[in-house]
Amino acid sequence: MFDLLVLLIPLFPLLAVLANGFYGSRYSHEWAGRLAFGSVGLSFLCTLGVFASVLSNPEPREVLAWSWIFGGDLSINLAFLIDPLTTVMLLVVTGVGFLIHVYSVGYMHGEEGFTRFFTYMNLFMVSMLLLVMGSNYVVMFIGWEGVGLCSYLLIGYYYEKVSAGKAATKAFVVNRIGDAGFLIAVFLIFAHFGSLDYSTVLTQASSLSTEMATAITICLLIGAFGKSAQLPLYTWLPDAMEGPTPVSALIHAATMVTAGVYMVVRNHVLFDMAPIALTTVGIIGGLTALFAATIGLVQNDIKRVLAYSTVSQLGYMFLACGVGAYTAAIFHLVTHAFFKALLFLSAGAVIHSLHHEQDIRKMGGLYKKIPITHAVFLIGTLAIAGIPPLAGFWSKDEIMAHAFVHGYYHLYILAAIGAFLTSFYMFRLTYLTFYGQSRVEPHVAKHIHESPPIMTVPLMILAGLAVVGGFLGVPPEHGWFHSFLHDVATPVGAAPHAVDMSTLLGLMGAAVSIALAGWGLAHYMYSVRPQMANEWAEKSPQAYTTLLNKYYVDEFYDRVIVEPFKKLGMLWDWVDRHIIDRFVNGIGKGTDISAEAITWTEKHVIYAGLNVVGYGNHLLAWSWRKLQSGMVHHYAAILIIGLAVLIHLVVLWFTGSSIAGSSGY
Amino acid sequence: MDVPVSYYVVLSGIVFSIGLVGVLIRRNIIIILLSVELMLNATNINFVAFSSYLGNLSGQVFVFFALTVAAAEVAVGLAIIIALYRHSASINIDDFRLLKW
Amino acid sequence: MSIPFVDLATILPELLIVGIACLVLVLDPITPTAKKDFLAWMSLGVLAVCALVTMEDFGETTVAFSGLVVVDSYAAFWKMLLYLVSGLTILLSMSYLKEEKIDLAEYYAFVLLALAGMMVMVSGADLLTIYLGIELMSITLYIMAGFKRFEARSIEASAKYFVLGAFSSGILLYGISLLFGVTGSTRLSEIAAVVNGPALNDPLMLLALMLIIVGFGFKVAAVPFHMWTPDVYEGAPTSVTAFMAVASKAASFAAFLRVLLEAFGGVKPNWNMLILAVCLITVALGNLVAIVQTNVKRMLAYSSIAHAGYALVGVVVAGWVGVETGVSSRGVSSLMLYLAIYSFMTIGAFAMVAILRKGGLEGEDIEDFTGLAKRHKGGAFLMLVFMISLAGIPPTAGFIGKFYLFMAAVNAGLAWLAIFGLIFAAISAFYYLRIVMVMYMREPSPEHEQHTRLVLSPQVSVVLACAVAGVVLLGIFPGPLVSIADLSILPIK
Repeated sequence: MFDLLVLLIPLFPLLAVLANGFYGSRYSHEWAGRLAFGSVGLSFLCTLGVFASVLSNPEPREVLAWSWIFGGDLSINLAFLIDPLTTVMLLVVTGVGFLIHVYSVGYMHGEEGFTRFFTYMNLFMVSMLLLVMGSNYVVMFIGWEGVGLCSYLLIGYYYEKVSAGKAATKAFVVNRIGDAGFLIAVFLIFAHFGSLDYSTVLTQASSLSTEMATAITICLLIGAFGKSAQLPLYTWLPDAMEGPTPVSALIHAATMVTAGVYMVVRNHVLFDMAPIALTTVGIIGGLTALFAATIGLVQNDIKRVLAYSTVSQLGYMFLACGVGAYTAAIFHLVTHAFFKALLFLSAGAVIHSLHHEQDIRKMGGLYKKIPITHAVFLIGTLAIAGIPPLAGFWSKDEIMAHAFVHGYYHLYILAAIGAFLTSFYMFRLTYLTFYGQSRVEPHVAKHIHESPPIMTVPLMILAGLAVVGGFLGVPPEHGWFHSFLHDVATPVGAAPHAVDMSTLLGLMGAAVSIALAGWGLAHYMYSVRPQMANEWAEKSPQAYTTLLNKYYVDEFYDRVIVEPFKKLGMLWDWVDRHIIDRFVNGIGKGTDISAEAITWTEKHVIYAGLNVVGYGNHLLAWSWRKLQSGMVHHYAAILIIGLAVLIHLVVLWFTGSSIAGSSGY
Repeated sequence: MDVPVSYYVVLSGIVFSIGLVGVLIRRNIIIILLSVELMLNATNINFVAFSSYLGNLSGQVFVFFALTVAAAEVAVGLAIIIALYRHSASINIDDFRLLKW
Repeated sequence: MSIPFVDLATILPELLIVGIACLVLVLDPITPTAKKDFLAWMSLGVLAVCALVTMEDFGETTVAFSGLVVVDSYAAFWKMLLYLVSGLTILLSMSYLKEEKIDLAEYYAFVLLALAGMMVMVSGADLLTIYLGIELMSITLYIMAGFKRFEARSIEASAKYFVLGAFSSGILLYGISLLFGVTGSTRLSEIAAVVNGPALNDPLMLLALMLIIVGFGFKVAAVPFHMWTPDVYEGAPTSVTAFMAVASKAASFAAFLRVLLEAFGGVKPNWNMLILAVCLITVALGNLVAIVQTNVKRMLAYSSIAHAGYALVGVVVAGWVGVETGVSSRGVSSLMLYLAIYSFMTIGAFAMVAILRKGGLEGEDIEDFTGLAKRHKGGAFLMLVFMISLAGIPPTAGFIGKFYLFMAAVNAGLAWLAIFGLIFAAISAFYYLRIVMVMYMREPSPEHEQHTRLVLSPQVSVVLACAVAGVVLLGIFPGPLVSIADLSILPIK
């Protein structure tokens, strides 16, 4: 019975994918939508059943779906591991996923490609479920790549928008770079353990050397940072907002981007053995939390603000992992899924009611016209800003308190500043959107309307969760959530840490004051003296534009990768025209060459040397295109050059060593 | 008079290089074909010389095969050159640059 | 002197195929035009018969013609793959040739003759037979590349392929002659004894080895001996391109590996670093240059170069010194697995290009795929599967292939090589997904809408079905093929 329930969880969405994918055009959109959210709803029910069973028996259980024999010395099964950690993830993925699916039916109503949208969404659910349920690294990896692929398809959903296509490709390529790291970690794990099952690897982890553990975990981290949009691989996430808003809510806020956190917690046994990796996690997490928050301060696109806020909140989760607070990381993951999905969906409702207007400078004063949306958005803001007793307060406070108590003061300071900024920019967003003067364009203003119940009901449920979700983890470090996850998320060798109550209460007080301070400042700047923000921007234009342009990171990447390739392309063009032709013609214009060589060195080598850093990609591609001149004797010449290089290499390798002693020489 | 085997190897090396350079620098496709033939014949010199030096007949057998293959190659090559010539009235290899990049 | 009958029996498949090829040539003029398809079906028939014959060769090693030919599991594995690929090529060509108005039955004779050459290559145990096989294959392919003889590009491809191919076989043959001078033999086993004994590290032997590596590097399209590949792949008729990209590459790899392991297996340090260098640059260049292509066939040509680079990872692992025999064998078997998987996805992708027609021409620009998903849902989906597989994304076979290959590299202590390969595999997603993007995320212009369409025939449907079944099933049930590859490896010294 238990096994069946577990197998049914990914099976329902899979069936919906097959039905909508292959026969979706034969029935109406209504049915496609019902099939889509119905299947996720059924998965959620099964998850509840599994949850009930896990409550009574928290021992990890494996469920075999398929003997996926690889032959030889390697055997890998499509099997699922059910333990409290998986169960929590399952509840979030299917629960929040279900609400978002319901909401999407309303949001995507009348869009062309409605069925296509839900096919991808369900496919995403299947991949995400594989990711969190897999009992070995390969199943996890398949889910890992699968969610990336679905994310790609969904970001590019509005294919008439060129920017959407570009954003999709960017997201996918960045993700794949991370995936390469993950796969290498998988190989290393196999090379060391001879198995890829969690049960084997995590129980035998103590046999690892520290170096090996560090290598494996660093590779895993590259994967996690790519998927969870941490520094320096975060640039794809804000661009991913080109996708429909429910996609942003489901994939780029609640589930997929948290996969990195889940992966770190799942492998925490390995991380515990690699202090360097753990420190990296903490510092990258802290820096990302702060860095993304500063960018969020001045963005004017409602979804982009939320995107940077997501990056920042993910930073908190990694920070939590870095200080060994794995339970707190998962706790924040859960509460974040509630309030961030809520924020995204209500932002979607705002955008929906304003006919696809996303610029907060063209909003304002909306609270009367769309009261329900306003109410739930405000709840979301209060929750993420950390105002007690809403969900965000408990989880974020726990992370910060843990960092403080265990002596990671630098991380605590990063987190505290980040928390202040979070509170500030979230209330800024709320004020600019819902209060003050209406700056809505007149022809839009006439048509503002509240969203239909199919959208508002999920919003209200999520708002309820954002209010009460935090109580799962109360009292801090000893709540129900902690005891539930105790066996799977306690750091290896952690001694119980007695902290006196006054410190904890003090930290809570500090957290609340930080949040209130951010709120207060936002209130002052955007409600009491609305012109003040502009004054500040005028006073320090550099700081403002730097933030507005996201620290020029995208430009930096462009500069380091794109510009040099053009220059080297020209260089190679020169090489092609001069060196190859000259080689081919065999003309000894020595003097010319030497004269030109000096100019050339000046022009190209020195110049190129300065830019050497990012010469990576396109440059070679372009230069080689130039070499591909279509002339047969050029090709022959290159072949001969290749031969010459080989001979040269061999001579280099063999001179002086073995060859000298051989009879032939 | 006994000619050492190394002389033959040097000869074949020279012939091979002439053929190789010919392929690289000549533009007329028939000359290129002839240069390839030179390379193959350099090989044959090697085989015969080594065969006689080592007293091993299999080198000479190889020469027969190599000659046959070269003949087949020339036949096909000339056919291709004729098709090419019919198309563009040129056998200058540099004139054929439709396929590039 | 008479050839013993037993020896003829070992090359029965080759004899059958050459015989039917000749028969096709003879029957061609006397067959009425309407019935020419019969010749194609006959060619397919002989492939099926040969497959049954070759099936018996698994698990046994027979040496025939006093050591010129060896028939073992390794050869049998490659032959089965070659039959399959040739069969798919013939099926693909049947309607493609008609579309292009070049449906001459001699085409099928050429496919069979090239196949015979490849079979001689994979079971050659002497450089003489391997050379003959290479030449039979290459000369036939020169002709096939120019089969659209009314089209300038096709003829040009043929001429370029011919000049460079002849040039490279000249180099290969020179290498063989030098090796003969050093070792006094062209038999792989006898060469092995000498190069690892009296002629150890002889400079002349090293030179010969390098010339041979260049010759084979040309055939497998490894950088920097790959320059012919994009031009020829673009100009040749698409069905021929598919055949070249898959069958000739597989056969060349098979022969290359046999020469390296059986003749030079004792002196691995002499060549493994060279192969490694070639492998690195091939993976890097193939993937990078593919990014800037606008023609699908050219893009797939660079992709095939990149895949040759991945396959070379298997050669590197097989030739790595200081690893256990089991690990080296894994290198060989993962290469075999990789090329088998590569065959399915590549032939599928080329089949899609072949059936996409723009007016009376082939739709070979990436732009021609624009909005294909709107008009041909199924076709676009198949292309999506092939592209995903080429990019190595699970759960397709392409992932399994890369997984095995890089796993083998990590086991041999070459984790950095796996990292290198994976990074470039990640980059490769960029250009494969470009096709997916134009198919799914771009609105076709009205012009496109009118002129480009997929021309499906029953035969092509079979090809696509086989290819997609291979890609998906091998992704989900790789077990059997892995076991077969494991059992068919060359004995590693």
